[in-house]
Amino acid sequence: MSTLTISPSPHVHSGDSVKKNMYGVVIAMIPALLFSVYNFGIGSLSVVITSVLACVIFEYVIQKYLLKGDVTITDGSAVITGLLLAFNLPSFIPIWIVIIGALVAIGIGKMSFGGLGNNPFNPALVGRVFLLISFPVQMTAWVKPGAFPMSIADITSGATPLGIMKEGLATGATTEQLMQKLPSYADMFWGFTGGSAGEMAGAAIILGLVFMLVRKIITWHIPVAVLGSVYIFSAILHLADAAVYAPPTFHLLSGGVLLGAVFMATDYSSSPMSNKGGIIFGIGIGVLTVIIRVFGAYPEGISFAILIMNAFVPLIDRYVKPKRFGEKPAVAK
Amino acid sequence: MLKTFSLGGIHPPENKFSAGKKIEALPIPTQVAIPIAQHIGAPAKPIVKKGDQVKVGTLIAESAGFVSANIHSSVSGTVAKIDDIVDASGYKKPAIIIDVEGDEWEETINKSADLIKEISAAPEEIIKKIAAAGIVGLGGATFPSHVKLSVPPGKTCDVLILNAVECEPYLTADHQLMMEKGEEIMVGTQILMKALNVDKAIIGIENNKKDAIAHLTKLATSYPGITIEPLKVQYPQGGEKQLIDACIKRQIPSGKLPIEVGAVVQNVGTTVAVYEAVQKNKPLFERVVTVTGKSVSKPSNFLTRIGTSINTLIEAAGGLPEDTGKIVGGGPMMGKALTTTEIPVTKGSSGVLIIKNEEAKRKKMQNCIKCGKCISACAMGLEPYLLMTVSQKGVWDRAEQEKIMDCIECGSCSYTCPSQRPLLDYIRLGKGKVGQIMRSRTK
Amino acid sequence: MNVVIITVLTLAILGTVAALVLYFVAQKFKVFEDPRIDQVEEVLPAANCGGCGFPGCRAFAEALVKSDDISDLNCPVGGAETMKTAAGILGKEVAASDPMIAVVKCNGTCENRPRTNKYDGATSCAVAASLYGGETGCSYGCLGCGDCVEACTFDAIHMDEKTGLPVVNDKCVACGACVDACPKNIIELRKAGPKGRRVFVSCINQDKGGVAKKACSVACIGCKKCQKECPFDAITVENNIAYIDYNKCKLCRKCVAVCPTGAIHEVNFPPKKAKPATEKPAAPAKTEATSNENKTSSDIKNKEE
Repeated sequence: MSTLTISPSPHVHSGDSVKKNMYGVVIAMIPALLFSVYNFGIGSLSVVITSVLACVIFEYVIQKYLLKGDVTITDGSAVITGLLLAFNLPSFIPIWIVIIGALVAIGIGKMSFGGLGNNPFNPALVGRVFLLISFPVQMTAWVKPGAFPMSIADITSGATPLGIMKEGLATGATTEQLMQKLPSYADMFWGFTGGSAGEMAGAAIILGLVFMLVRKIITWHIPVAVLGSVYIFSAILHLADAAVYAPPTFHLLSGGVLLGAVFMATDYSSSPMSNKGGIIFGIGIGVLTVIIRVFGAYPEGISFAILIMNAFVPLIDRYVKPKRFGEKPAVAK
Repeated sequence: MLKTFSLGGIHPPENKFSAGKKIEALPIPTQVAIPIAQHIGAPAKPIVKKGDQVKVGTLIAESAGFVSANIHSSVSGTVAKIDDIVDASGYKKPAIIIDVEGDEWEETINKSADLIKEISAAPEEIIKKIAAAGIVGLGGATFPSHVKLSVPPGKTCDVLILNAVECEPYLTADHQLMMEKGEEIMVGTQILMKALNVDKAIIGIENNKKDAIAHLTKLATSYPGITIEPLKVQYPQGGEKQLIDACIKRQIPSGKLPIEVGAVVQNVGTTVAVYEAVQKNKPLFERVVTVTGKSVSKPSNFLTRIGTSINTLIEAAGGLPEDTGKIVGGGPMMGKALTTTEIPVTKGSSGVLIIKNEEAKRKKMQNCIKCGKCISACAMGLEPYLLMTVSQKGVWDRAEQEKIMDCIECGSCSYTCPSQRPLLDYIRLGKGKVGQIMRSRTK
Repeated sequence: MNVVIITVLTLAILGTVAALVLYFVAQKFKVFEDPRIDQVEEVLPAANCGGCGFPGCRAFAEALVKSDDISDLNCPVGGAETMKTAAGILGKEVAASDPMIAVVKCNGTCENRPRTNKYDGATSCAVAASLYGGETGCSYGCLGCGDCVEACTFDAIHMDEKTGLPVVNDKCVACGACVDACPKNIIELRKAGPKGRRVFVSCINQDKGGVAKKACSVACIGCKKCQKECPFDAITVENNIAYIDYNKCKLCRKCVAVCPTGAIHEVNFPPKKAKPATEKPAAPAKTEATSNENKTSSDIKNKEE
């Protein structure tokens, strides 16, 4: 008999681990990834591979040489950041821009706050917004999807539905007229529209969501709150003036709302801890997204909305407490 | 839809290897060490000295206050000495060590196995007898039973709840007791109902013990007022607060006792002990202990005399396996890791769990990734991640504000944490410190 | 031109109004503070360690200014010098205090104290102590999780990898943070002694002699030999443990010689017989005081035997 170990209870563990959760998210992103590669071909593939590799390498270099601490690149969180960043970029964007984005995402968005678990903002979004502000032209050079285009010559540029809507409204057209020019809802749901590498395929993203819910990686609260509040808030606007405000289904299916609600708002460390907090957080994102889309300068608002709400997370965690046991009044006779 | 408690909860693998194994009476050892602190409250005062002759059931240490309990000899023989031995707490505590000679019982004890259904004792007499017999909560909390049964003035009790949940993985002592001593449990319940002056008793059993549910439901038809409540399997249902919530949908307010919502909870094992004490004059000197583990060759349920070294139990269950890394007194979720195999069985020992070497060590702790799984698991609606941080940093006022004292130490948070963080380790530490601060404030 | 004048005028008027408002507000809400508090705070070490018993240096400065008798107030970090300067500013008398140092009263290294169990919980002595007596047969000794190291804000206490025991170095200012942090109460603040020379019992095991000795080969067994030997009545044996009163001890070291287990340690004394200069524990060698002291005393003992 070896020396007996003494440790405090519990003496068993569920076997859950950071890795399991992180790679679970990666698996959930695979459908959207495949779809993106099918639509944008080599352009999407190169962006994804560069982004993931750059994120992992930057994390390794920073942990090993700058912080001189443990290297935790195998936990999968850098892979997620890389994938999410790639999903948020237009395909065929120059590779060097992707690398800068990865450096900002990992270096500023994540490691400068102390690494996994300590970052107040979603690192991929920090990278994305940095690129959007620094390289507005390249960042909005959308392309039309095709069946696995092999080079930039095979594709045609095309605006996103949101872009069409925004510019159209600016010229005085009504939403009804604009909707004629736009792809059908079915096309938007199945992903045959222009947009970032990974954000167009609603069906693929929902598949990922179902996987994550079944594996209990995330709870339903944040995605449902975001999507629900986008729908309800835009529906109210649409009912108020249908000519100026686009219908709610359009808001739900266009742009990155689905991607944001499912993969970016649910990022563990930049979302609230409790489920109640998650709902408040989600509603905030939904409302802000619609406000930015409808009244702001940018056609798309989900990234900004998530980053703004990220900043409120410590406040939400401080004041929104889970329901304590015994809080409801006792019913003793 | 089966009932269960309303917040949190987890589903650890059950691993009930010793389920269905008949309760075996363990041979009496040659020496027993009976600690004088086997219960919550003041340690008992020894009333024997070296060289004294004792019989089975002789009072050897007296209750030292209201919240304390009598301790009786579990064997007949001579008191060898009163010395400090390491007990389950990991510290040296005084114990009465008795050399065994024969097996002579006190004459007052009725040794027959006949069932006595007639309850002749009056309520006060019942409580007095329970106190005299040194009965404490046998589920593991070891709270003196007579204290629980003495309803404080101004409070009323309208329901008795029997805890037959046994939600700890591996343990089967209560399950087996229900299968073999069903009638005794029924009579014991009637005794407790009489003592509390209630006409309703609920026996809460988790649905993984279908045979016990069927058996007791059949028996209950001839005992008025007793109902069996099958509960959805979920840990920590055996927690007093969770069980009351599950059975009668009443939540005990923070910092209050079950009597606040008109309920008293007793363990089924305790109920059998109550039956024996009241109907047969038999003090509490033996209990059923499960010896189990993945590597144990003969997982068993033993009827064991208090003070027997756990070594004897392990030998009887096929010996200590080569690759043992940890021995736990109790279940894997709330039990205590034991320092040696020499530790004696006490009133609170519900099981001895042998854990293999490779499962004994914790994995490396990582950063908190803020996944919030500990919050979802917490049966008390607390935020374990936050309580750990404030305890680590020693921010005791915040810990108190975040209701650290509500923690029932079930371990669901540590069990769930993907980062393998020792949440409960620090929360328990914080509870100790905050408790001290709160007590010093009321002084 | 007109625009410029109007701009300048508007800004000037705005500035004046704002200045007036600020002035009146400042007058209205002025809080009088004794200027000496600032002066005293200036000379304090600004470590904010709480060693004086006040929450930070500012609070201590306030206490110094407010109380008439400051003889029972002491800044352990700054020591006598600082206290004298502070008292000088205030024109008050200060009691002379001897410099103190934290002393770890356990010598249960892996060799001296065989392990019986392996602790595998949170790395915190407080957590370990609330659950178990420790990994060895001795339930009084050092747990080795380093709560004292964690508590120290002066980088003065570190774990010795080899022995698994904390070692105090000369950065120690005797603030007492480690004393409070140790759940086993092993660390004591003792007189640092002339040239850092001090004698102390490096054990707090209250078990009976046989039990203590079985658990740890260098345990104090409470045999009282030292008590009989001491010419100054500095040693008392209570609960099977000897304690040397550092105020009575004259550092004669007779107790060290008679201790059968080597539980009494002497630190920073020059070796009795000539030794190579490199081994001489000079002043800087105090850094490794505790790790050396065992060697020093046992070396001496061996030679005497």
